[in-house]
Amino acid sequence: MIRIHKSLAEIVGEQYVSNRKEELYIYSQDPGMMEPHEPDYVVMPKTAEEVQKIVKLANEEKIPIVPVGGSLSLSGLIIPHRGGIALDLKRMDRVLEVNEKSRYVVLEAGVTTGKLKAYLERNHPSLRFSIPDAPPSATVVGNIVIHGQGRLTQQYGFNSGMVTGLEVVLPTGEVCKIGSCSVGPYWFSVAPLPYLAGLFLGWFGTTGIITKLGLSLYPRKKMRDIEMFLVEDPNLVPDVIHRVTHTEMTEDIFIGAQPYPPVFKDIIMIGICITGDSEEELEFKRRMIWDAVRTHIDSREGGFMMLTPDIKLPLLEMPTTGTTRFADVMKGGGFEYCGPIIPVEKFPEAFKRLLELSSKYGITYGMTGRVIGRSHCMMFAFGYPFNRADPDNIETTKKALHDSNVASLDIGGVPWKPEVPAQKMVMERMDKNTLELMKRIKKLLDPNGIMNPGNWEAE
Amino acid sequence: MQAYAKQIHRCFRCGYCKFPSDFTDFNCPSYSRFRLETYSTGGRLWLIWAWLKKEIEWSEHFAEIVFSCATCRNCVEQCPMGFSDDIVDWIVSARSDMVEKGLALPHIRDFLNNISKHGNPWGTARSKRDAWAEGIRRYKPGDEYFLYVGCVGSYEERGQRMARSFAELLDAAEVSFGILGAEEDCDGNEAYMLGEMGLFQELAKKNVQKFKELEVKKVVTLSPHAYNSMKNKYPRFGDFEVFHYTQLLSEMIQQGKIELSELKAKVTYHDPCFLGRYNGIYDIPREILKSIPGIKLTEMERTKENSFCCGGGSGNFVTDLLGGSEENPSRIRVREAHETGAEILVVACPSCMMMLDDAVKDEGLEGELSVKGIAELVKESSK
Repeated sequence: MIRIHKSLAEIVGEQYVSNRKEELYIYSQDPGMMEPHEPDYVVMPKTAEEVQKIVKLANEEKIPIVPVGGSLSLSGLIIPHRGGIALDLKRMDRVLEVNEKSRYVVLEAGVTTGKLKAYLERNHPSLRFSIPDAPPSATVVGNIVIHGQGRLTQQYGFNSGMVTGLEVVLPTGEVCKIGSCSVGPYWFSVAPLPYLAGLFLGWFGTTGIITKLGLSLYPRKKMRDIEMFLVEDPNLVPDVIHRVTHTEMTEDIFIGAQPYPPVFKDIIMIGICITGDSEEELEFKRRMIWDAVRTHIDSREGGFMMLTPDIKLPLLEMPTTGTTRFADVMKGGGFEYCGPIIPVEKFPEAFKRLLELSSKYGITYGMTGRVIGRSHCMMFAFGYPFNRADPDNIETTKKALHDSNVASLDIGGVPWKPEVPAQKMVMERMDKNTLELMKRIKKLLDPNGIMNPGNWEAE
Repeated sequence: MQAYAKQIHRCFRCGYCKFPSDFTDFNCPSYSRFRLETYSTGGRLWLIWAWLKKEIEWSEHFAEIVFSCATCRNCVEQCPMGFSDDIVDWIVSARSDMVEKGLALPHIRDFLNNISKHGNPWGTARSKRDAWAEGIRRYKPGDEYFLYVGCVGSYEERGQRMARSFAELLDAAEVSFGILGAEEDCDGNEAYMLGEMGLFQELAKKNVQKFKELEVKKVVTLSPHAYNSMKNKYPRFGDFEVFHYTQLLSEMIQQGKIELSELKAKVTYHDPCFLGRYNGIYDIPREILKSIPGIKLTEMERTKENSFCCGGGSGNFVTDLLGGSEENPSRIRVREAHETGAEILVVACPSCMMMLDDAVKDEGLEGELSVKGIAELVKESSK
């Protein structure tokens, strides 16, 4: 132990290695409700070269490595289930390049979504990225690795689909570039080469450590606005989404429902964000959207809610603090959610299952959803606030979470960034050859099984 | 068990507390210094809760984490939760529990013992408190203002310069004032923030008793720390108005009691936490600077509510729990000031003066950037 600690300190410096109880405790968990497990060391590298040395050491010593970003997946993906090294990447925090004309950014693994937002606003105000609803301390790479979504997901698909290049430290210690940056100096695209980025996205750090990321940027319009369409019947939601996305006029489309305050009970809110460079452009888009759902307005099955500027502000905020505040709904400091990716037409069934589970377990809920890629699919979150100081409430919420994962799969969805038990559920239902392919890839890339063990691990 | 123990689990550890409102950089001094999650506000609160639940035991490292918070209130400013106003109180309460149980770090104990025995955190003799103040009038009943100089202003050379400049400006403007000299005692703000509530109350009562005996109606403080404790923590003990010296200075300039001549300099201003985030005074110091002909005020990236703390709060200007690295908050702040192209980093707090002046030397910026108190600049301009 002392020898390994000393070796790690030689790589990153004494002050960036710890095996003290306090650090091991904090890095044993995330704010979700998965059981904690302590690492043996917490290490904070500054460069890809340091990461490389740590990986080589871990291979020699056969000790696990768990890459750590913002620790905000809430599904325990950074819990070191078998101890080893919690590799906190947040000191690697430089934005390295912005290509304005080809609209991409290259950044290090520890850059937070907050920092990138601020950087672009200050230095490249005509550009933006797909900001997720996670707090600003979430890292951009962490969001990509879990197939995160953001404010531009409705237009351009999953944030992971916006990757234009990667630098990865492989589990065996080689530094590898993926995409155009592997051939030349530019990070514009992962195509037209074989799609190797897929070896690292959605794998939760089990196949390598992303140290640099190229990411697509998009035009940042001068104005943003929001319209809020309300329905009571969940069966109408897929049709409303279909009609609105057909206009191709919208930025983000999110859906929300919650029982509190009581005035919102039984109402489903569909937030439709629009952008424009002029008031005329916004007005044109508004008209197109209103026309698209006119039939539901005329039949009085739905209608737009009047939004005052003070209501619009938090709805347009990026990242939205409302998501984080959900954790304090019960003054308990926690919330957990199962957020499967589902076909849009399955929204009514998912919503029905959420209400049933909330009633079954006697717990409150918060439903949020986000349309992905012109309604190719959507994220549907079975969200439950819980009280960290109430063990019974935690146990009940865990059961609701488990049942939500089952429900997600039953209706044809796939749990998003699933916690380890949900990963096992997914793998149980997965095509056997697909599972075998995953196992082979994992074995090939990580022969010593040191990378974030416990995750995506088939029996 | 104190009330905070029933609330502290409400922190979700979302991390908003690490940032300024525009997320440009990390804005929590201890997190910026160490970068381990344990030193973020969320990490600290989770550890305190773990300690209360007996999931972790007290250790020296745990105490370092708890006491390394500079109580700058950036977390309070940025936390989106309904309990945000209570965060610093929770940390102070945990410190209080440690102090009561004899679990404070040795240098924190020394700091507090020195205040208790000698009236200052260094343990320097009380008799030397007014060694700087030759020629400065002593307060007598009937004077309009009692000038409370505080520990840094009394014992530390750079603080003394700030105190002398202000006193001389008062004198020149024929403002009726006086100091207590060697009779002055510590204001107790740091004792409070470090959780030594017994010592704080003793100091508060003692000071208020003196104010009563001397019929003090208006106190003007050199330090924002003293301003904070006397204005916000003393009221239940006494009945007097409290001003920070920049408030009085601004009034004197507006009333034409100080005549300002040209002073060509490019300056930037550092907001002290106990003046800014604790008491909402952001504009007055800037107005003073703008009133000096020839001064060009350039703002740093992080200002006002988003100002980056020098790391000196909660006694860190002596205990130095955030020092020993290039990532020392005061060095980060000095680099930020230097980036503005300013020649002078202006402060309104003697603790910030100590922290930032040392940091200028550590950064090798002597000759390029100097640190001055507002009163010093006004005095230079008034010559």
